[in-house]
Amino acid sequence: MIAYADFKIESLAYFSKKMPNHVRWVLQQIKSRIERLNALFRPVMHYNCSAHHEGTNMTEEASNISSDTAAYPWSKNEMFLFRAALAFAMRDYTNGEEFGVSDIHPCDETKRVSFWFVVTRPNTTDLVDKGTVEMAIKKSRNRINGAFLLTDQTLEFDGIYPTLAAPVSPDTPPWLIVFGVVMGAVSVGIIALLAYPLVQRKLKKNKDADDEDSDEETGVKTAEIGANDGIYNSTFSDDERFTQM
Amino acid sequence: SPNFLLVGYLIKNRICTSDSETGGSPKWDNKAQYLLTCIGFAVGIGNVWRFPYLCQIYGGGAFLIPYLIALVFEGLPLLFLELAVGQRLRKGSVGVWKTINPVIGGVGIGCLIVSFLVGVFYNTILAWVLWYFFHSFQEPLPWSTCPLNESRTDYNLECKKSTPVNYFWYRETLNITPDIEISGSVEWGMVICLASAWCIVYICFIKGIDSMGKAVYVTSTFPYLVLTIFLIRALTLPGATDGLLYLFTPDWQTLKNPRVWLDAATQIFFSLSVAFGGLISFSSYNEEKNNCERDAVLVGVINSATSLYASIPVFSILGFKATTALNACKDENILALTNHFEFSDQNITLQNYDYWYEYLNTTYPGKFQSLSLRECDLQKLLKQVLTPSYSTGLAFIVFTEAVISMPGSQVWAVLFFVMLFSLGLSSMFGNIEGVLSPLNELKLLPRWIPKELTSAIICLISFLVALLFTLSSGNYWVEVFNGYVGSVPLLIIALFEIIGVIYFRGMKTFSDDIYIMTGKRPNIFWKACWMVISPLLLLVVFVAYVIVQAQTRPTYQAWNPDYEKFPETEQKLYPDWVFAIIILLCVVPVISIPLVALYQLLRGRFRKSSVGMELNPYDNDAFVTDTQEQKTQRA
Repeated sequence: MIAYADFKIESLAYFSKKMPNHVRWVLQQIKSRIERLNALFRPVMHYNCSAHHEGTNMTEEASNISSDTAAYPWSKNEMFLFRAALAFAMRDYTNGEEFGVSDIHPCDETKRVSFWFVVTRPNTTDLVDKGTVEMAIKKSRNRINGAFLLTDQTLEFDGIYPTLAAPVSPDTPPWLIVFGVVMGAVSVGIIALLAYPLVQRKLKKNKDADDEDSDEETGVKTAEIGANDGIYNSTFSDDERFTQM
Repeated sequence: SPNFLLVGYLIKNRICTSDSETGGSPKWDNKAQYLLTCIGFAVGIGNVWRFPYLCQIYGGGAFLIPYLIALVFEGLPLLFLELAVGQRLRKGSVGVWKTINPVIGGVGIGCLIVSFLVGVFYNTILAWVLWYFFHSFQEPLPWSTCPLNESRTDYNLECKKSTPVNYFWYRETLNITPDIEISGSVEWGMVICLASAWCIVYICFIKGIDSMGKAVYVTSTFPYLVLTIFLIRALTLPGATDGLLYLFTPDWQTLKNPRVWLDAATQIFFSLSVAFGGLISFSSYNEEKNNCERDAVLVGVINSATSLYASIPVFSILGFKATTALNACKDENILALTNHFEFSDQNITLQNYDYWYEYLNTTYPGKFQSLSLRECDLQKLLKQVLTPSYSTGLAFIVFTEAVISMPGSQVWAVLFFVMLFSLGLSSMFGNIEGVLSPLNELKLLPRWIPKELTSAIICLISFLVALLFTLSSGNYWVEVFNGYVGSVPLLIIALFEIIGVIYFRGMKTFSDDIYIMTGKRPNIFWKACWMVISPLLLLVVFVAYVIVQAQTRPTYQAWNPDYEKFPETEQKLYPDWVFAIIILLCVVPVISIPLVALYQLLRGRFRKSSVGMELNPYDNDAFVTDTQEQKTQRA
């Protein structure tokens, strides 16, 4: 008991930006004086959990936890699934040590679907240290999430931060596409608007040249271009009526 | 008229003009084009964000009173004056003042300089809009999440401390420096967007009002369509009514603050785009017998109505934003409470949050206090939502954040930025016209340059000057221009415009002008405004403005990640050299007025203006010059 009194519970700062409907497990720190307490480890569930929980004896409720939560249905079966998933994670990490469901010991379960647990080596009562368990969970995080159909945001291991997904970077940035389309249209428009009157003028010149030729051929009197519009005012012109080309 | 056609012929073979078929001055295709252009010029980006912003800080509904008073007694008379003068004298902003009296010819030059300076920084804002528009085609929107830091273990620190929206605006868009003195480097992304913006302006203005007149059919009407869509969408968002109540609840105490009246008067001023010279040019392309009184009232009323109309979706969206923030705050607290008190999930919900809050506070006060929960108050959040203290940031920070929470964000973002772009573009047309037509009248460029080339030269020069705003400190410079070019010089120019028309041209002559154009003389209201009320209002506003500015050293808000109170912006003083530039910006546009007056007085050319002499229908400048040239060539 004394040894466990030395334990500091991991900080209870387990919220900030997580969503509700989350399940929380907390790992327990293992100290060096394990060997002295080996004998006390059998009733793990009652022993170490009630020592550092604030007064209330949660053990009975812990073993009888039933799910009333509307958000996430929790039951003994789910707990079994958790233990199995964690045993898998330990096996995967330690490459073969045959962890079983019985090696995962949860305790201090609350209605909030959050609890502590410790892991012992297979067929012994040696506790596995926190660092190893953390690494194992980090490695198989996806599988554990998947087992419960939860995500990194809805399933939290206190003290283990999820590795953030790399941002998606597409091959062609979308803004380049839009920019290209818009600027292409604008450039084409500018060139078209600048070139159009030049082209038009050239066509008109050819047409006028043709008209002039046809007029001269037919020899119309004063039907030169534009003589019909308006009254010619000779006051301001110095030389002949129509300027030479 | 036949004279134009005749003259057009005689010089046709000598000088190739690319003018319209009338062979001389440009003309509107129809009345709708003219009205849409004027409305587009008046209605700009300021209607969408500056008016709601002012409305909110000056006590909601109560701000409408000084605003409407300023519109009726200051805005409408000035608008009517400019439209009438332009339509009657049929010249641009330099020509009309030279015609009325050469002594006040400097007013037109002042208009030219102000239009140029405003055009330069205004298009930079459009470049920012374009940047956001290009980046709105991504899923998820780039301003919705923070990027990771280099070691990929956590989010970028600057982004974590502030918000992703702020980070995208300040870091990824502007790459802003912590101080205006630190210029940083040129941002190439922004240069590209600026070039695009100027290209788009150029293509719309390539043929003067022939091309612009077609463009305004779209750019002036599209914003109304989008505003309506946003209105309907915004009113269906949760929390919209809170925002609207906040906007329209009048706080009568603010009316005692003279700053309110000052800001209302200057807001009407900048909003109607008077004293830029663009309106004078636009109305000079009208036919002479046009009812400009009705046009002026129409444009002024539509401008204010648009401001009001736009503020409804704006405030609905802000109310939605505040409600979203409130729910997020409550969710955080619910999570904290649930975890700490070990309740089962969904016991505390948003609905019974208040009950649980009170209950737990009273039953377990010690535990409760130890959690130090954040207080979630809607009124405080509504105030907080509008904290970007300078208005250019409002559109890019506040709206973009709201858009993230709306389902179908990309669509709303694209619509919003296209609307902002067309609002700004139609205002840019007025600015460019205010630069081009005085330039043509001053005959600074040789006649053989076609107007496509003139527009290109103006756009190029403006683009090169605007490269200053693509530096890392560019946003601070835009604020400098925004605050000082668009305020004091305009007031002075408008004052001289009224004085010029009423006292140099004479109230009687001007009434005759209006009688010729509209068929009736201006009534007592207009006369009273022009002769007494408007000049007085303008003088009071100008003096008050100068006094208020002179009282405190001007400051600006800097984005400094090393500031201890980051993410709040740091308030810094402008350094002395920037202060000198500010003074220059206020003085240079108006210095031309006394300079030209002095010049004319010294030269002794003090002709009285007379209608008969100036408006000779046979007087065609080009014609006279050419025949003289012909004579001298042959001599």
